[in-house]
Amino acid sequence: MYKVKVYVTLRESVLDPQGTAVKKSLDTMGYQAVEDVRIGKYMELTIEKTDRDVEEVVKEMCERLLSNPVIEDYRYEIEESVVL
Amino acid sequence: MQLKLEPSPEKIKQDKIYQEMGISDEEFKRIEEILGRLPNYTETGLFSVMWSEHCSYKNSKPVLKKFPVSGDHVLQGPGEGAGIVDIGDNQAVVFKIESHNHPSAIEPYQGAATGVGGIIRDVFSMGARPIALLNSLRFGELQSARGKYLFEEVVAGIAGYGNCIGIPTVGGEIQFDPCYEGNPLVNAMCVGVIDHKDIKTGQAHGVGNTVMYVGAKTGRDGIHGATFASEELNEQSEEKRPAVQVGDPFMEKLLLEACLEVVQSDALVGIQDMGAAGLTSSSAEMASKAGSGIEMNLDLVPQRETGMNPYEMMLSESQERMLLVVQKGREHEIASLFEKYGLEAVAVGHVTDDKMLRLTHNGEVVAEVPADALAEDAPVYYKPSKVPTYYQEFQAMESEVPVVEDVSETLMNLLKQPTIASKEWVYDQYDYMVRTNTVVAPGSDAALVRIRGTEKALAMTTDCNSRYIYLDPETGGKIAVAEAARNVVCSGAEPLAITDCLNFGNPEKPEIFWQLEKAADGMSEACLTFNSPVISGNVSLYNETNGTAIYPTPVIGMVGLVRNMKDATTQEFKQAGDIIYLLGETSAEFGGSELQKLLSGEIFGKAPEIDLEKEKKYQDQVLSAIRTGIVASAHDVAEGGIGVALAESVIGANGLGAEVSLDGEAVTALFSESQSRFILSVKAEHQEEFERLTDAVQIGRVIEEPVLNVSVDGEQVIKLEVEKMKDAWKGAIPCLLS
Amino acid sequence: MKFAVIVFPGSNCDVDMYHAAKDELGEEAEYVWHDATSLEGFDAVLLPGGFSFGDYLRTGAIARFSPIMNEVVKAAQAGKPILGVCNGFQVLLEAGLLPGAMRRNESLKFICRPVNLAVKNNETMFTSLYNQDEVIQVPIAHGEGNYYCDAATLASLKENNQIVFTYEGTNPNGSIEDIAGIINKDGNVLGMMPHPERAVDSLLGGADGLKLFKSIVKQWRETYAVKA
Repeated sequence: MYKVKVYVTLRESVLDPQGTAVKKSLDTMGYQAVEDVRIGKYMELTIEKTDRDVEEVVKEMCERLLSNPVIEDYRYEIEESVVL
Repeated sequence: MQLKLEPSPEKIKQDKIYQEMGISDEEFKRIEEILGRLPNYTETGLFSVMWSEHCSYKNSKPVLKKFPVSGDHVLQGPGEGAGIVDIGDNQAVVFKIESHNHPSAIEPYQGAATGVGGIIRDVFSMGARPIALLNSLRFGELQSARGKYLFEEVVAGIAGYGNCIGIPTVGGEIQFDPCYEGNPLVNAMCVGVIDHKDIKTGQAHGVGNTVMYVGAKTGRDGIHGATFASEELNEQSEEKRPAVQVGDPFMEKLLLEACLEVVQSDALVGIQDMGAAGLTSSSAEMASKAGSGIEMNLDLVPQRETGMNPYEMMLSESQERMLLVVQKGREHEIASLFEKYGLEAVAVGHVTDDKMLRLTHNGEVVAEVPADALAEDAPVYYKPSKVPTYYQEFQAMESEVPVVEDVSETLMNLLKQPTIASKEWVYDQYDYMVRTNTVVAPGSDAALVRIRGTEKALAMTTDCNSRYIYLDPETGGKIAVAEAARNVVCSGAEPLAITDCLNFGNPEKPEIFWQLEKAADGMSEACLTFNSPVISGNVSLYNETNGTAIYPTPVIGMVGLVRNMKDATTQEFKQAGDIIYLLGETSAEFGGSELQKLLSGEIFGKAPEIDLEKEKKYQDQVLSAIRTGIVASAHDVAEGGIGVALAESVIGANGLGAEVSLDGEAVTALFSESQSRFILSVKAEHQEEFERLTDAVQIGRVIEEPVLNVSVDGEQVIKLEVEKMKDAWKGAIPCLLS
Repeated sequence: MKFAVIVFPGSNCDVDMYHAAKDELGEEAEYVWHDATSLEGFDAVLLPGGFSFGDYLRTGAIARFSPIMNEVVKAAQAGKPILGVCNGFQVLLEAGLLPGAMRRNESLKFICRPVNLAVKNNETMFTSLYNQDEVIQVPIAHGEGNYYCDAATLASLKENNQIVFTYEGTNPNGSIEDIAGIINKDGNVLGMMPHPERAVDSLLGGADGLKLFKSIVKQWRETYAVKA
């Protein structure tokens, strides 16, 4: 089994209205040191071992469904987990 | 996985563990008598939720008996998911209002969202297609950060659920008052339409028939939600956050469409929503109503979490679930209908003839309780009632006309009061048009939704001025129903029936119980006058924060029938040259008025008087005039008096204005909140006919210039540009929030 | 003319599309469930608004993989008119039938209200009955209609006259260049956030959207007449 963590964020060139709102709010709460907030999505996938290279599969899923390449970037972490 | 050990029956009794679940010593004794033994942990849980006020109405039943519940057109009164009224052509309208106050106080977005989800299920579980949503909300005055947060999140939650499921939110009302600061009210109403032949009820008939579970899986969310709703809020309430459920409008959309297909099948015997008290209430009530029993194998219940015990499964209030009774041998037909929507319908039990609710788990019987004992035989309490001293003091006060220095400026200030100000900021977030039947959108007296394929439309509104009810519950109760009827009539409809949501404080306090009784008396009398029985409703007691109750707030949801769409009428003036009329008399009544609140910061004195016979007479006049086709606009005079009513009629009038002259004393003439009054406009050519049909008196004209000019006794007291009033009225709520 | 109204789990403006085509336009219309695998016999495809698959993950992202979408792509390639409104537009973007993507409204709130639109290209099969630059009133109802595309895409949209509708006056959602609706290069796939199917009956506040549907029928009749 693989435990895969996928992080999807808006591309840097794309304005993030949620992030902007959160930054503004933090600012009024007194956290002026916050320079930028980007809001993204975090997903956890549990994937069975198959013949295919897991990294290749994860990349494919990210590009086809989990992120929208027009506005989003993604990165992932893959851990192999042992089922007890 | 370690199993949590449940306390033994003996320990439950000895340590009074039942008290933590909201069961009194007396009630526990009664449970022992019913069972002839001690209840185990699961059984104690079943009784605790079913005997909570939320499910059993044990404290309010004596009051609810006062309401008229029948009428020629009533097909289904209180007791089922929702009430049903005939509207001709073999069609009927189904509606109900319900509270979700406490969950919304703790987690406003999800609390409001699941409130909407629950009321929608009540309507489609009758077999009806939901066509509209309304709501009635109460908040503090948008001064505190917490107050603003609650308001914004509740609105977002209502929008989030209603928009996604695709049922238009067409109307509602919002009042702001400090008494709701810690205990906001979130009441949601759903209206549906049904063909007579499709009406379904939640009854488990037919021994041997199969009990099926459909919808979302059961998790540990919302355990003891019904009990939670029956307690006062305090500082610890926030810790109860896990009790709040999370809504999934997408799942409910699938469930809705699937159920509306399933009700067409004669394999379906009965259907009921798993609302408050989840699997417990739906199974016990379906069995009890049919005089049967139900046996369920809890191992078969779809579960979202591992290791759930019977107590948790039975008390979970996970959302978007339904319980069905299906003819034995035809389960696959029902299952395949659900399958199209990706939903699993699972057989979990069967109907028996021994009137017991019997549950098995891991091959053992874990609960065995008479279904009637849970559903019907909850104790009924006749609470003591006492006239509060505040009421006597208020009644003894002389009515005074408040001192106003600048009438124009006062009108501007009233328009900025959040209760009066435009609610555009709110309904802008609601999809009020989806399904393309909304003839009159939010913002007018009542919303109008057409019934596709007919000439008919339904008028719907929610109303309740709780300030009047606080000052004088009986009079205020009458006014609440009368105002709802007035709104319905102004939109061109005749009242059909009401649903009510009785939001009150702790009924164990005699003064609160007195409010409840008196308000019900007033409402009942008005229901009879307007031939509008109570066909469904809900009670929400214990609306208190740290011992202080909200104003008594029995929200009225009324539905009326527009016989022909050509009668549809709105509040805005239509054309320059039209004559403006006032129907109804004005006297100096300021108790509980917006002006009193604005000037003194509090309310006191007597509530406005109401003569129901006179109100009915005027409503009949307005409706008959509307039906002859000569009324250009009709608007009821409510909070803020004639001044505000006139302003509202010009603000939406696309650049028109009004020239009005009134008699009497200026402050009374403009801001008194005397009841049974209407502002109407009529084309000059219809003057004679209109005056023959009504007792209305001419007070002015609609003019080209976008200004509101009002003189009283010959002296000009208001000269305001419509644009300026509009900016103040529309800008007030966004301004308070920013 | 026969319209297919595609219904995804969670679509909720399917009824509105259906009635616009059937009652107001007087043409044939049929619902097509998302797992259908054929669009044979249909002359045009309508992708309605709503919250397909709950809008979970991203608007339109899951619907785009429904079996019927293969057929929608084929219909688009065959030159049939495809109209995606609101969630239907979002599905077309995710499916790559139109360029760009949607972000949440700038206000972060769902917005439902009538808005003014300018017809920026009246030479399409969807807009031929409008005048160039005509201002029409059509309602919007969305939480995620803030259209985005990169500079190169925008330049190409402009160059090919693919921007069909823009918001006139106030831009309600922050969308780039006030874009409310765009068409593909071939001119047969239109995506727009405003709801023309909600503006087909003056009883409900206006009928400015009707010409859009009538334009589709007009073009179809002309083509059909030529072929016959």
